[in-house]
Amino acid sequence: MLRDITLGQYFPGTSFVHRLDPRTKIIITAAFIATLFIGSNPVCLEAGAVFCAAAVIVSRIPVKMILKSLKPIIMILAVTSLLNLFLINSGIPIFEWKFIKITYTGLRTSIFMVVRIALLVAGTSLLTYTTSPILLTDAIERLMSPLAKIKFPVHDLAMMMTIALRFVPTLIEETDKIMSAQKARGVDMDGGRIADKVKAVIPIIIPLFISAVRRAGELATAMECRCYRGGEGRTKMRQLKFGVSDVLAILFSLYFMAAVILVNIFL
Amino acid sequence: MKKFASAEHLSFSYDEGGYVFKDLDLSFEKGELTAVLGHNGCGKSTFAKHLNAILLPSGGKVYIDGIDTADEERLYDIRQKVGMVFQNPDNQIVATIVEEDVAFALENLGVPPEEIRQRVDDALKSVGMYKYRFHAPHKLSGGQKQRVAIAGIIAMRPECIVLDEPTAMLDPIGRGKVMETIKKLNREYGITMILITHYMEEAAQCGRVIVMDKGKVIMDDAPDEVFSHVEELKSVGLDVPQATELIYVLNKKLGLDLDTHITDEDECSELIAKLLS
Repeated sequence: MLRDITLGQYFPGTSFVHRLDPRTKIIITAAFIATLFIGSNPVCLEAGAVFCAAAVIVSRIPVKMILKSLKPIIMILAVTSLLNLFLINSGIPIFEWKFIKITYTGLRTSIFMVVRIALLVAGTSLLTYTTSPILLTDAIERLMSPLAKIKFPVHDLAMMMTIALRFVPTLIEETDKIMSAQKARGVDMDGGRIADKVKAVIPIIIPLFISAVRRAGELATAMECRCYRGGEGRTKMRQLKFGVSDVLAILFSLYFMAAVILVNIFL
Repeated sequence: MKKFASAEHLSFSYDEGGYVFKDLDLSFEKGELTAVLGHNGCGKSTFAKHLNAILLPSGGKVYIDGIDTADEERLYDIRQKVGMVFQNPDNQIVATIVEEDVAFALENLGVPPEEIRQRVDDALKSVGMYKYRFHAPHKLSGGQKQRVAIAGIIAMRPECIVLDEPTAMLDPIGRGKVMETIKKLNREYGITMILITHYMEEAAQCGRVIVMDKGKVIMDDAPDEVFSHVEELKSVGLDVPQATELIYVLNKKLGLDLDTHITDEDECSELIAKLLS
């Protein structure tokens, strides 16, 4: 049952977006998010939506996948829109009944917020759909590398992310095995009340933790055997290279977003 | 032949506990394929960890290619010369893609990227895992993972590889493949192999067999010589290859005096055929 969980949500492909340097994609996504939050004019959101839609089309990621990424946040979207709708009392009222008062401003803000959050999630999902976790880690390490000068442990963080990604499937498999073993001993996993369910987790969590700690020890020894000594003097097999398309993509995106922000200021 | 690795008067104890071994003398020549046998807790794994300075001696010295393992400045030279492969393949693979993992040691050593590429490809080809280079490790079988782990060591171009029960968690097919790889690397690249194992059939394929018990070397000889001491091996909780066992039992039951210097099926069947005719 746990075996179906996929690692990250990478959707392999060879489109233009897939082939962009992961750093390019992170930079563009960051700019995209910034634009969404700076923009207070509906035009900004419309432009953002167009940009996002264009990126989705170019990436050839099925629209269904993008919609699927919005599914977990439906509740958040609903709550946000309702709060905005009912709590904003200024502006021209369009509906009034007892203590409920819906105003034009409220409606407008409500729609605005929903679109903003949806675009935010869709945009970042596109990043993880088109970039494999290992490339993403690599790109983050390299983008953050200037921080190493102020003693920020950039390499260590990236290493931790890599190992975490590497061990997710292993630990899932292990959890599966432990669950089967505990079921064989008569532990009731599907037991009724919440308190019972929480109790049922204990015989799974404890063996899993012990095993994870043992694995960590063995992995550390294996890494030492392979001359691991932290980030200093380390080279990388895979070299990330900015190509012409990266430069074009960044320039285009940044111009586009700058234009959107300017429009926002002067409109 | 020159001695590649040697332990001289080696003693080791964990913390305040008793000695795992005391005054151990053992050496390995270049290009040897040696099996180390012994019951659990006889000190063989602890000894193995001394060969690339994961553990340092409490007493005595270990020399690798003339370098004292206690010499901290040469630590990474030693670890590059002596690679180690462990029992559980899952716990020694670091990266999420096979070729990335094989590159790990080289990245640590600061090898230039183009050379890493070349050496990773070579290493994967030498263990027969090249076509799996873009796979995720968790999708491979145990034997394949273990071969990837060996490739990760081979990429360092070590002179010696210590394998600590590399086949203990594998199915028979995976075990056979790993053993084949070990022998091939020894034969074709002249890499010194020290194989710690529980499988007598694997030990029988080596050029030399060392038997350890309670921190002492009790036998050190060619496999057929070692396995001919059936009773002695049984007394320290070890088995002999099935072929040797069969001849031993025949000798005992039928009061025969067949030569027990036999380790594989072919020799055994020949001997029995001769007996029957």
